[in-house]
Amino acid sequence: MMSAEKPSNREPSAIAIRNLDKWYGTYHALRNVTLSVKPGERIVICGPSGSGKSTLIRCVNHLEEHQQGEIVVNGVTLNDSLKNIDAIRRDVGMVFQHFNLFPHLTVLENCALPQILSRGTPRKLAEERGMQLLERVRIPEQALKYPGQLSGGQQQRVAIARALCMSPKIMLFDEPTSALDPEMVKEVLDTMVALAEEGMTMIVVTHEMGFARRVADRVVFMDRGAIVESSAPDAFFDAPTHERTKSFLSQIVH
Amino acid sequence: MTSLSISHGHVAADMLPAREAPPIKRVPIVKMLFGDVMSAALTAGALVTVLALMPALKWGFVDATWATADPAACRAGGACWAFIGAKLRFILFGLYPPEEQWRPMMMMGLMVLMVLVSLSPALWGRKLVTAWLAGVAMMLGLMWGGFAGLPFVPTSQWGGLPVTLLLALLSLGCGFPFAVFLALGRRSSLPIPRFLSVGLIETIRGLPLVGLLFVASILLPLLLPPTWTIDKLGRTFAALTVFAAAYLAEVIRGGLQAIPSGQVEAAKALGIPHWKAIQHIVMPQAIQKVIPPLTNTAIVMVKNTSLVMIVGVFDMLSAGRSAAMDPVWPAPYREAYLFVGLIYFALCVAIAYYARWLELRVKAKDYR
Repeated sequence: MMSAEKPSNREPSAIAIRNLDKWYGTYHALRNVTLSVKPGERIVICGPSGSGKSTLIRCVNHLEEHQQGEIVVNGVTLNDSLKNIDAIRRDVGMVFQHFNLFPHLTVLENCALPQILSRGTPRKLAEERGMQLLERVRIPEQALKYPGQLSGGQQQRVAIARALCMSPKIMLFDEPTSALDPEMVKEVLDTMVALAEEGMTMIVVTHEMGFARRVADRVVFMDRGAIVESSAPDAFFDAPTHERTKSFLSQIVH
Repeated sequence: MTSLSISHGHVAADMLPAREAPPIKRVPIVKMLFGDVMSAALTAGALVTVLALMPALKWGFVDATWATADPAACRAGGACWAFIGAKLRFILFGLYPPEEQWRPMMMMGLMVLMVLVSLSPALWGRKLVTAWLAGVAMMLGLMWGGFAGLPFVPTSQWGGLPVTLLLALLSLGCGFPFAVFLALGRRSSLPIPRFLSVGLIETIRGLPLVGLLFVASILLPLLLPPTWTIDKLGRTFAALTVFAAAYLAEVIRGGLQAIPSGQVEAAKALGIPHWKAIQHIVMPQAIQKVIPPLTNTAIVMVKNTSLVMIVGVFDMLSAGRSAAMDPVWPAPYREAYLFVGLIYFALCVAIAYYARWLELRVKAKDYR
């Protein structure tokens, strides 16, 4: 599968997105987006709603289909080949705004069942790994409860543990704290900071600018489907170059 | 600061000691029954209804003949419950040879046992399905016989409660997996499965069950080559199965529509293959969401089995009717129908209570 990799003259990217275009019907949702993420790099994407941030990261693991341009993840090109899509999804974990835990399964089963179904991991090993990851997000005591019995922050940490159970090389976060009550945002961000400190490659769509400043290697600002500005957090927050970025920052940073 | 807040809490507790809850207000019974115009009207209406029912109660209990060996003793005017006792075996087992009636009896025992074992969802799985396949084979083997010294009994001699139970259980049991595929097919993005599912569901739903039974029992033998002889009970069972499948499919489709798209997206992002995601993530949730309408369909199907009477299958209702035709007894149709009705009622209430228990179990997981 990796033989599909073509010789690259660029430095090896974890994710290479080139000239990506996507339409929903006639609506032009992504416009000529080019973004390269190095292994271990942490990217924060921000921008007003409808700017295409979520669409962009959902294209990376093929939850959305792009029409033009190229996405290469760890050397595998994302195209119609189911084999390639599977290979990419094996490497890429995702955390959703609304957690999307499986409500009919216990927390531990949420972590174990995907390993069993997608990799054929024996149940015992899958549960052991599930417990390890639940300990890592510091909620092993909730393992036998159902998601509906947990707080939002706890559910999102389970979702992170569930994604990590699959040993992804890259993690995508789609507004992971937007659906949380304010007092629960911190516990989820702390988990994400810990993950970043371990060297995980991350793309995070979020409006948590404190997190961006602390963790991001690069902040990308999108508007109307296009990348407007992309720079290191200090430069991004202190000296934004584009008018659109300045007005966006003035509205969300106080 | 800390000590201050503690002493503050202490003071507050002293000032506002716990008090006993006020006594529950009791409404005097006369006021409850005649307090206002509405209550008075309802009370009067209820009294009139009870009085109107008195002759029925007198017929059913006071004047009833409970036990007699002599059918003529039943001509006094009250209900003839002695008839039920005398004809019990016929109503329950129909024309099944009397000396072999222990076989349907054992079959029903096995069925009840298996149903009881299957009640708890904790045991649901591949093993239980295998056990049911073996169990149903044993049930049918017991009824048919023709091996191990059991005389062969053709389905034309089967009758009564075992036929009703077998038809209800098997048409629902075989219709359910069929319905799952119809529901998935109807929601499929592939045109051929979708059109086939829509076509089948709408055709079956557009036909009355009676019509379907006639097609299966009378039209089908005329259309098929004469060498293909399918048993009448088998054809009736097939008609009930497709009928149940069409209705169950629409109920399950409703459940599938209630599953948020995020569930499938999460499964995809985790690399779970499509069909496994359907089997383990989507379908269990969809079915849990539609327990009440599934119960409804199950109850309707139990009662629908009584329609097989019109194509000449000897179910419990037919057996009750035939029993009452015996000229020795004074035409005790009311008693026969009441008795048969009571059995249907017991079956349906049992299904309803089981479904309620299942729903409470699902709610106990407290998920949103």
